[in-house]
Amino acid sequence: MAELKTRLIVGMEIHVQVRTASKLFCACPVVYDAPPNSAVCPVCLGHPGTLPVMNRRAVEQAALVGLALNCTIAHFTKWDRKSYFYPDLPKNYQISQYDLPIARDGWFEFPDPNGAGSGASRDGASPSGLSRVRIRRAHLEEDAGKNLHDRGDGSLIDLNRAGTPLIEIVTEPDLHTPGACYAFAVELQRLMRHLGVSDGVMQRGQMRFEPNVNVAIECDGCEIRTPIAEIKNLNSFKAIRNAVEYEYGRQVAQWRGDPEYVIGRRPNENRGWNDARGLTEYQRPKEAAHDYRYFPDPDLAPATFDDAKLAAIRARLPELPAARVRRLAERFGLSAADAETIVDDRATADLFDESIRAGAPADVLARQVVNVWASLANEHGTTVAGLGVGAAAMAELAEMVRSGTVSATAAARIAAAMIPDADPAPTTVTPHVAAAEDRSPQALAAKLGLLQEKDADATQAWVDEAFRLNEQAVRDARSNPKKAKQAAGFLRGQVMKLSEGRADPALVGELIEKKLAEPT
Amino acid sequence: MLTVFETAEGVRRGRVPAEDVMHDCLKRISAAAEIRAFLHVDAERSLAAARRIDEARSRGEALGPLCGVPIAVKDNLCTSFAPTTCGSAMLAGFSSLYDAEVVRRLERAGAIVVGKTNLDEFAMGSSTENSAFGPTRNPWDPKRVPGGSSGGSAAAVAARLVPAALGSDTGGSIRQPAALCGVTGLKPGYGRVSRFGLVAFGSSLDQVGPIATDARDAALLMNILAGPDARDSTTAPDAPPDYAAAIDAPIDGLSVGLPHEYFGEGLSAEVRAAVHGAIDVLRTLGARTKDITLPHTEYAAACYYLVAPAEASSNLARFDGLRYGRRAGGADLIEVYKASRGQGLGAEVKRRIMIGTHALSSGYYDAYYDKASRVRTLIRGDFERAFSEVDVIAGPVTPTTAFCLGEKASDPLAMYLSDVYTIPANLAGICGISVPCGFDARGLPIGLQLMGPVFGEARLLQTAHQFQLATDYHRGVPPAFLATEAAA
Repeated sequence: MAELKTRLIVGMEIHVQVRTASKLFCACPVVYDAPPNSAVCPVCLGHPGTLPVMNRRAVEQAALVGLALNCTIAHFTKWDRKSYFYPDLPKNYQISQYDLPIARDGWFEFPDPNGAGSGASRDGASPSGLSRVRIRRAHLEEDAGKNLHDRGDGSLIDLNRAGTPLIEIVTEPDLHTPGACYAFAVELQRLMRHLGVSDGVMQRGQMRFEPNVNVAIECDGCEIRTPIAEIKNLNSFKAIRNAVEYEYGRQVAQWRGDPEYVIGRRPNENRGWNDARGLTEYQRPKEAAHDYRYFPDPDLAPATFDDAKLAAIRARLPELPAARVRRLAERFGLSAADAETIVDDRATADLFDESIRAGAPADVLARQVVNVWASLANEHGTTVAGLGVGAAAMAELAEMVRSGTVSATAAARIAAAMIPDADPAPTTVTPHVAAAEDRSPQALAAKLGLLQEKDADATQAWVDEAFRLNEQAVRDARSNPKKAKQAAGFLRGQVMKLSEGRADPALVGELIEKKLAEPT
Repeated sequence: MLTVFETAEGVRRGRVPAEDVMHDCLKRISAAAEIRAFLHVDAERSLAAARRIDEARSRGEALGPLCGVPIAVKDNLCTSFAPTTCGSAMLAGFSSLYDAEVVRRLERAGAIVVGKTNLDEFAMGSSTENSAFGPTRNPWDPKRVPGGSSGGSAAAVAARLVPAALGSDTGGSIRQPAALCGVTGLKPGYGRVSRFGLVAFGSSLDQVGPIATDARDAALLMNILAGPDARDSTTAPDAPPDYAAAIDAPIDGLSVGLPHEYFGEGLSAEVRAAVHGAIDVLRTLGARTKDITLPHTEYAAACYYLVAPAEASSNLARFDGLRYGRRAGGADLIEVYKASRGQGLGAEVKRRIMIGTHALSSGYYDAYYDKASRVRTLIRGDFERAFSEVDVIAGPVTPTTAFCLGEKASDPLAMYLSDVYTIPANLAGICGISVPCGFDARGLPIGLQLMGPVFGEARLLQTAHQFQLATDYHRGVPPAFLATEAAA
């Protein structure tokens, strides 16, 4: 068979659960992990006689997302009923938006692992060095409930989720590598978190990505395209990449075996990702036109945005993650990876900026956030901002390292003790006393005995002790040219260990060199 | 029987205990069981509520404006304390989790919801024959229909079983049975009264309104019913006027439009004569009449029978038997849907669901639903132009007086045409009232329809009240119920 040139084509449909206090059309709280059917009322149960009342906050959040996606926001948008029968849909219609979505015709940029523009459309390289995906539309709709099939015989329905606000975002088919799909999804999640619109936890269904995948195949000078498969059940970024990768290969292979496997001649289909087996499974054909019988919902007035209201929403638009990463990298000389780690969580990025304003040296602070604070956050199951350490305290600790008041190692121990519910000095202080303790890094350094020791006598004593305990290394350092350098390094390490990190490394080096030079 | 006004006054002043009022009411209701106005009566709860009012009075507590007034409520209005069936086998035994806003407002004002009245299934019909629980009969002639779909409410008031009732009007369902039963029924302008708790038929057309023996009572009820509701975003935000205070002003100088489209072919001679007679009365009261035209009237029925079924097909989709209501067995989900809806819903409801589903289908939407929506705009424009020239529009409510049971049951088109004069007001969202204005040779009542601009209910009630001060058609009691009336 002739050499094939293939090109992957992916458009993404994303559902984002909007984090609001109440549901889209009733006063029920938006909850996760609550007992089944405990956050429901006659309205979201779809009981006879009930009427929806629009949640303004959700509409504003959708407009905010539209603005962040560089969309045109509709001045006039309405609600439509989308009809289909399904047990998790209490009214057997979903209140959604059909022909007048809140937002349309935008674009979104993301850092592409394969280089700007390579994973997105040919004209998708942006001047900023990011890849660009066009956004077709973004609209608001109510979520359905959940069918539970695994509880004994018969199916059960949990309607806690029914009526939760969802933003549906539809991109143009501008993604062309599995890696780009992955990076796009990561960046979109970061955006939603940054905007405060959604927690975006995929495992909880707060963000649901459905790639629409097909392949353009160039063969004997002609280009054919395979039918489009919409992939469901993706609950991690890795699953998105793997599923798209798998589907790319599957479609090309299927076409090789069946020349009629071409869009229009074979049906488009829904496929489900099986994470355990690492493959997509056929679910059902997409009927050419499932008739949803859309019509304007007579129970709801159209939502309108005048210029003043739009301006007020625009004013709430924060610096977006991609721009923020670029700023941190350029302004403070951080690596892209470090900048992304910091920006990943908006509150953490805000804390970083605030800490800089409070006088923190940027390079030290960045290292501490990425290495120290991030791992502490991980241990505590929260974000860096979630640790409850203030910007001023963080700035102070970074400054103590820069000025040599404490070593980087010591700073990590101090950081751990700065966390409000941590025990500031586990070996010496009982917890109930600890609660009232001063948690400033300066006080903790003193309490923990981590202030850098500049005193030459004390340091000399640690050096002497290290020489006494490590005779072989001393011999190597003095008389074995092959091992001298390594042995001297080892001795410096031993001194730091004996000093429990308090010794000033520069002074230690000086004293070791001096002692080695002394006649034995 | 006492009117709403007299009952509340009597109870408030201690002239008659609420408990006695309720006893009499319950006695009349059970004596009139054969007309099947009620689907459900809760004697115990009603008497307990009446006693509470008497006790509150004896403690010197302030009483609500409708204290002790028994009210019947159409069974498509949700009640937590009584079944809400909508006249459908689908909802036999269904009890709502909450009370409709209008029910809540009435009871907060001291009224007592004594029971739920019969209706065409899901308010779809003009005769109350489409009730799964059997037809209601016209108190003036039990061989005849009371009209519909609020036939139970209209019959209950006509037979003087209760002083007033609530109905709902999607295409004439308050005004038409009020006319056929000889009582006063008001369809408020769209958005004047909360629909929260009204089981939706055609959401953009439905309004709840009062049925009473006279306009004064209807005004008293409107004072309680009207006004914005945060749970119904289609209610108008502005505060309604004091309807009861508005009715006493004379109608000298009132300009009354007479649309020639409402007096054409199909209107029976007797109805025509009675309506003309009523217009003459209005003239003697100082009203000036003016011939007007509502040119798109002939398209109203076709437009309505697309818009209303389209909305109904969507509104009734929730009745699938899964979460509440009647559930039939089936091998799989689709079979359960089919069997539950197939057995739970009646023929007329199914017919409208089919029409509406078709009208909304892709490929047909533009030709049917969308076109009907545009015709609706034209009909609204007709009324806007008319109301720039006149204060109210007068005409018949129905082409004929009450027809016999079964007479139109097999001819849906003939049944649909009995609504030709009432449908336009729903499409335009304006208000309309049916006022008794005479009787035909058989002694069957005839109604005069007055229509006003969207929130012109006060003017309609005023005109109707002034008319009733000059006439006594509204005092007519069906002969079979004169004895009950006298006994009570």
